[in-house]
Amino acid sequence: MPSETAAKKSDKRRGYRRPYALTEAVTHYCPGCGHGIIHRLLAEAMDELGIREKTIAVAPVGCSVLGYDYWRIDVSEAPHGRTPAVATGIKRVQPDKIVFSYQGDGDLAAIGTAEIVHAANRGENICVFFVNNTVYGMTGGQMAPTTLLAQKTQTTPGGRDQVVHGNPIRVCELLENLDGSTYLERVTIGSPANVRKAKRAALKAFRTQMDGKGFSLVEFLAPCPTYWRMSARDSIKHINEVLVEVFPPGVIKDNTGQE
Amino acid sequence: MSANQILMSGNEAIGEAAIRAGVDAYFGYPITPQNELTAYMSHRMLEEGRVFIQSESELAAVNMVLGAAVSGKRAMTSSSSPGISLKQEGISYLAAMELPAVIVNIVRGGPGLGNIAPAQSDYWQGTRGGGHGDYRTICFGPSTVQECVDLVYLAFDLSDKYRTPAVILADGRLGQMMEPVTFDHLEPPNPPEKPWALTGAKGREQQSIKSLFLDPDVLEELNVRLARTYEKIEQNEVRWETLQMDDAEVCIVAYGTSARVSKEAMKRARDEGIKVGLIRPISLWPYPYEPIRQAAETVRFFLVPEMSLGQMIEDVRLAVEGKRPVYHTGRVGGNVSNPKEILDAIRDCCEKV
Repeated sequence: MPSETAAKKSDKRRGYRRPYALTEAVTHYCPGCGHGIIHRLLAEAMDELGIREKTIAVAPVGCSVLGYDYWRIDVSEAPHGRTPAVATGIKRVQPDKIVFSYQGDGDLAAIGTAEIVHAANRGENICVFFVNNTVYGMTGGQMAPTTLLAQKTQTTPGGRDQVVHGNPIRVCELLENLDGSTYLERVTIGSPANVRKAKRAALKAFRTQMDGKGFSLVEFLAPCPTYWRMSARDSIKHINEVLVEVFPPGVIKDNTGQE
Repeated sequence: MSANQILMSGNEAIGEAAIRAGVDAYFGYPITPQNELTAYMSHRMLEEGRVFIQSESELAAVNMVLGAAVSGKRAMTSSSSPGISLKQEGISYLAAMELPAVIVNIVRGGPGLGNIAPAQSDYWQGTRGGGHGDYRTICFGPSTVQECVDLVYLAFDLSDKYRTPAVILADGRLGQMMEPVTFDHLEPPNPPEKPWALTGAKGREQQSIKSLFLDPDVLEELNVRLARTYEKIEQNEVRWETLQMDDAEVCIVAYGTSARVSKEAMKRARDEGIKVGLIRPISLWPYPYEPIRQAAETVRFFLVPEMSLGQMIEDVRLAVEGKRPVYHTGRVGGNVSNPKEILDAIRDCCEKV
């Protein structure tokens, strides 16, 4: 590991500037994990919109539960899957604040299915940043509701079988038909161009809330090299070639009236 | 009835008491026999410009309470037995995150779906923490509609003071019955400052409220801090009522609706010359062990009428420490003993001892 000074020099050389909303802490994430990139995108978006001091996040149960160590903002924990309910409670009593929930696929699309559907259906004026890496990371790589058919996990050792395990859930499409949802977009972090696109989606979600337009959700297709049993490079390739076929990126719904 | 008294059901009176206590947000989900409370809040909270949500589940309701609580606001949810089982997840988190909140349980028959008739079979759940982990919740057992009002108001203050959730354990009969109540004596709410609340990191360092402590030494610190809080509550917040214990040979220990019926049975027993007294726990946790311990020095035996097959009786036995016999009586399944049944139990026990 390079020393802090060396890292700073290297950062300087490459024009790196740490967003103020991102703390100095070194993340605990595995090499090649997508959370670091997404944390940074959100931090950049908060800085650019000048909302860091009035933003309150709700961290999920999952790899990103330690989000409060990495964002320089107020953060509450929530029981597994209840993140949108906690965010609802915060936003309703502090409507002038910006509230977002940050959730993984197990948290949001399995145990928290009721909470996400009803927060969207009520049109809660919150942002949800949904990280879909098709696997439970923190607990050791079990099948998630978004796990692809034939994908091997700790609990689908022979690959996910439709008959036995059901099908991958497309969350954006599930929420699309609810009248309460305003803005739903699926992005990937599979290339620098797509990372920039992902940041634009995060900015748009925050602006939707700032304008009082209601519920927005951005789904990030993100790599989990550790539990995909792939190199970081192959994981990116897997997103760009395989995941996007099952979870097509794009704007799923946009009633924001923004560009 | 004085001019300032109004006739209200227990459920509605609890709602109005919460409003007088300055509840900022109420989150509920339908379940009988507490629906009048949610219905009452659905219009009163909006009239007051406060937050009301009918949630998608009890799980969501208690976690919305958690969200309002981390924001430093006063929040309440209510339910009945099966719904309270679902809320235990959130209550454990509230306790671990040292968050104030008031949870009302209008107890019905159980286990399982049970029925919608009154019961006291959630005593263990209300007084032993209820969810996972090493924690307690303040737990009050009112026996009149007026006491529902007073204890709900107090529950908000104590919950804020000790930063721990408080439970109101009232049975379905109290929720449904109407009695005259007054709110005139309740002071305007005066919640303490909450510098720990999550309000945005403006002009200060970021804050977080959590219950995950991966380092065992750090989690142990939390457990010990919580235990110290519980010790303070045990020292300061024990509440009970004593009736005719001065010359009593028999001591009834009963709370809530069972205490009301016991009072009538006690009167009839005294008419027959059996000197019966009553200790009525008002705080079910912290429990009034001391007055019961003292009574064990003088009475022949204890009788514990409950609308369960014997839950609070364990606390009575803990206080008595085997010095005197402790008997149970009561009906279950949503039934309520009448005074004659309790009187018969007193007579039977007199023959045994």
